[in-house]
Amino acid sequence: MPETPVLTLRGISKRFGAVQALSGFDLEVHSGEVVALVGDNGAGKSTAVKAIAGVNPPDEGVIEWEGRPVSINRPHDAQNLGIATVYQDLALCDNLDVVANLFLGRELRRFGVLDEVRMDKRSRQLLDTLSIRIPSVRIPVASLSGGQRQTVAIARSLIGEPKVVILDEPTAALGVEQTAEVLDLVERLRDRGLGTILISHNMVDVMAVADRIAVMRLGRNNGFFDKRATTTEEIISAITGATESAVTRRQARKREEER
Amino acid sequence: MSRDRGPDASAQEPAPDAVPAVDTRLLVREEGLKGYLTEFRRKMRSGELGSLPVVIAVIIIWTVFGSLDSTFLSAQNLSDLSQQIVGTGMIAVGIVFVLLLGEIDLSVGSVSGLCAALFAVLNVLNGMNEWLALLVALAGGAAVGLIHGFFFAKVGVPAFVVTLAGNLAWNGLMLQVLGTSGTVNIPGESIVSKLYSTIFHSPAAAYVTAAVGVGLFLAASLLDARRRRAARVPFRPVAEIVLRTVVIAAIAFAAAYILNQYRGLPLALLIFLILLVVLDFVLRRTTYGRQIFAVGGNIEGARRAGISVPFIRMTVFMVAGTMAAAGGIFLAGQIQSASQTSGGGNLLMNVIAAAVIGGTSLFGGRGSVWSALLGALVIGSIQSGMNIMGVSNAVQFMITGSVLLAAVVVDSLSRRTQKAAGRA
Ligand SMILES: Nc1ncnc2c1ncn2[C@@H]1O[C@H](COP(=O)(O)OP(=O)(O)O)[C@@H](O)[C@H]1O
Ligand SMILES: [Mg+2]
Repeated sequence: MPETPVLTLRGISKRFGAVQALSGFDLEVHSGEVVALVGDNGAGKSTAVKAIAGVNPPDEGVIEWEGRPVSINRPHDAQNLGIATVYQDLALCDNLDVVANLFLGRELRRFGVLDEVRMDKRSRQLLDTLSIRIPSVRIPVASLSGGQRQTVAIARSLIGEPKVVILDEPTAALGVEQTAEVLDLVERLRDRGLGTILISHNMVDVMAVADRIAVMRLGRNNGFFDKRATTTEEIISAITGATESAVTRRQARKREEER
Repeated sequence: MSRDRGPDASAQEPAPDAVPAVDTRLLVREEGLKGYLTEFRRKMRSGELGSLPVVIAVIIIWTVFGSLDSTFLSAQNLSDLSQQIVGTGMIAVGIVFVLLLGEIDLSVGSVSGLCAALFAVLNVLNGMNEWLALLVALAGGAAVGLIHGFFFAKVGVPAFVVTLAGNLAWNGLMLQVLGTSGTVNIPGESIVSKLYSTIFHSPAAAYVTAAVGVGLFLAASLLDARRRRAARVPFRPVAEIVLRTVVIAAIAFAAAYILNQYRGLPLALLIFLILLVVLDFVLRRTTYGRQIFAVGGNIEGARRAGISVPFIRMTVFMVAGTMAAAGGIFLAGQIQSASQTSGGGNLLMNVIAAAVIGGTSLFGGRGSVWSALLGALVIGSIQSGMNIMGVSNAVQFMITGSVLLAAVVVDSLSRRTQKAAGRA
């Protein structure tokens, strides 16, 4: 790899009682890159994301930020480093307008009072640069479409100027057109030099925007693929386990050799 | 790096460079009257009714009672009404805060009685300084709210259960505080009596108050528009600001005129109005207020945004307790006594009804402190009108109950419309 990845996970393990949700999980994310994280239900994608986001710190393993080992024990730690997470359920406040949602928890103030003018202006600028189309920044989020809500949630994660954005199934509940809107936005994140981790079940979406694809199976890595040099079939067989033995064994061997 | 896409996706998407840098649909709304109508229609369609139904209700109630008996719309009756609604309205303000979280406080009646009794016993029976006794009563309300908030936010007991238990327990404590005396009369020269009964007889008082209120509104609107214009974000055109100011001025000066036709501006009303302006500011212009709305809209979302949900919950119940105490003080001043029946009867019912009728949603996240004023006005008007007509208590209860049901139905329907619009 030419430059230091902005985020590196090495040998991350996490156990929930009898379930070994993650074992020896590795991942690298570079700036200006979209890494898709794919895998069957229960493969451990969400657990991996929660480890990065500080929601569920891992039992074992190393997380490196720009080459330095860091410990992420709370969501706050992740945010301070520059990791923003957009969860599947979005967590927007339907009753608040777009501006209020974008700035929730980090409102701009002037003489101790909410500075609506500056928040309004910055919201417009942010939405403009991302070419997000919504009817108005002053209507309650409840009256936006699913795709618009998703784009607002993603835009909100950018307010804190993060370096890595994690999107958990951003297109799962969306129609074709709204999915296209969100994928456009993911490309714009890459153009802005952000590292993006995209969790998705939809191979069309993954092949459309990802640069690299990390496959997970049963809590382990099951291969990394360069989008340019792979096919949907190859990835699906890695997801289902058809190519499990070969790829994982080779990776495990290489890791042992490196140490 | 290749930017090819799967055939399915690329067919649906415009090429990235085809997207205009600034999207025209981002404009807030068309300027002028047309934009106003568009916005109004959008709100109606998506169920954001705000205070429109209650304003219509007030107009209907006043028209009906006014035509049935001319004394209803007399300066005297309307002046009395403006004073009588203060106690209920104050307690309803606290209910508005709790409703904004999507919770309920069933103890405010008992708490108002307890705090009134606290003042009466401390000041009248034990000779404590009246300001100090007043402060203790208000602090007592806050402490009660903190206890409710603790069991709700930290222990996790549903709010309606905590406050239902509180309703009984605080009523018991009030009886204990009053002891054998049962009823404590509050002298006319006591601060509590004066808070309620003081009236500024000079006509200037009401007019100056109206002028100051209207002037502040106009100045704030103009300043806001100027800052927005300088920042190049959409702002209200001057014509629209003038129109709004004229409407507010008409209402304010009409009210001042009517009050002056009788005895003048009641202190209680003035205090209530100032409190509403301050708390409205807190809710809409401070981070704390924004956090209350956020918790009422989506608890998980608020938590992930770094908001301390337990802190918001506990402080909101403290506001409810403090406002219940304040309302109880005004109600005690009204009847110049604290007794075993203080805070009882249909007070709890009336304050919850006032908040909901005023347009604050039972489902959390939508509402304004002004609903306490509007709702208390509806409840107060119905009671006053029916008293004038000589309608029995039995019928009054049934009618007030029906009005509350109607308000809840409007709230539920508007919520359903909003949900449907949200899924569009
Ligand atoms: N909090 C938890 N407690 C117990 N088991 C969990 C918990 N979270 C995840 N798991 C288990 O860990 C495994 C991986 O889950 P998850 O990371 O959600 O998978 P994915 O997101 O890929 O569908 C599953 O077997 C799941 O049941
Ligand atoms: Mg998952």
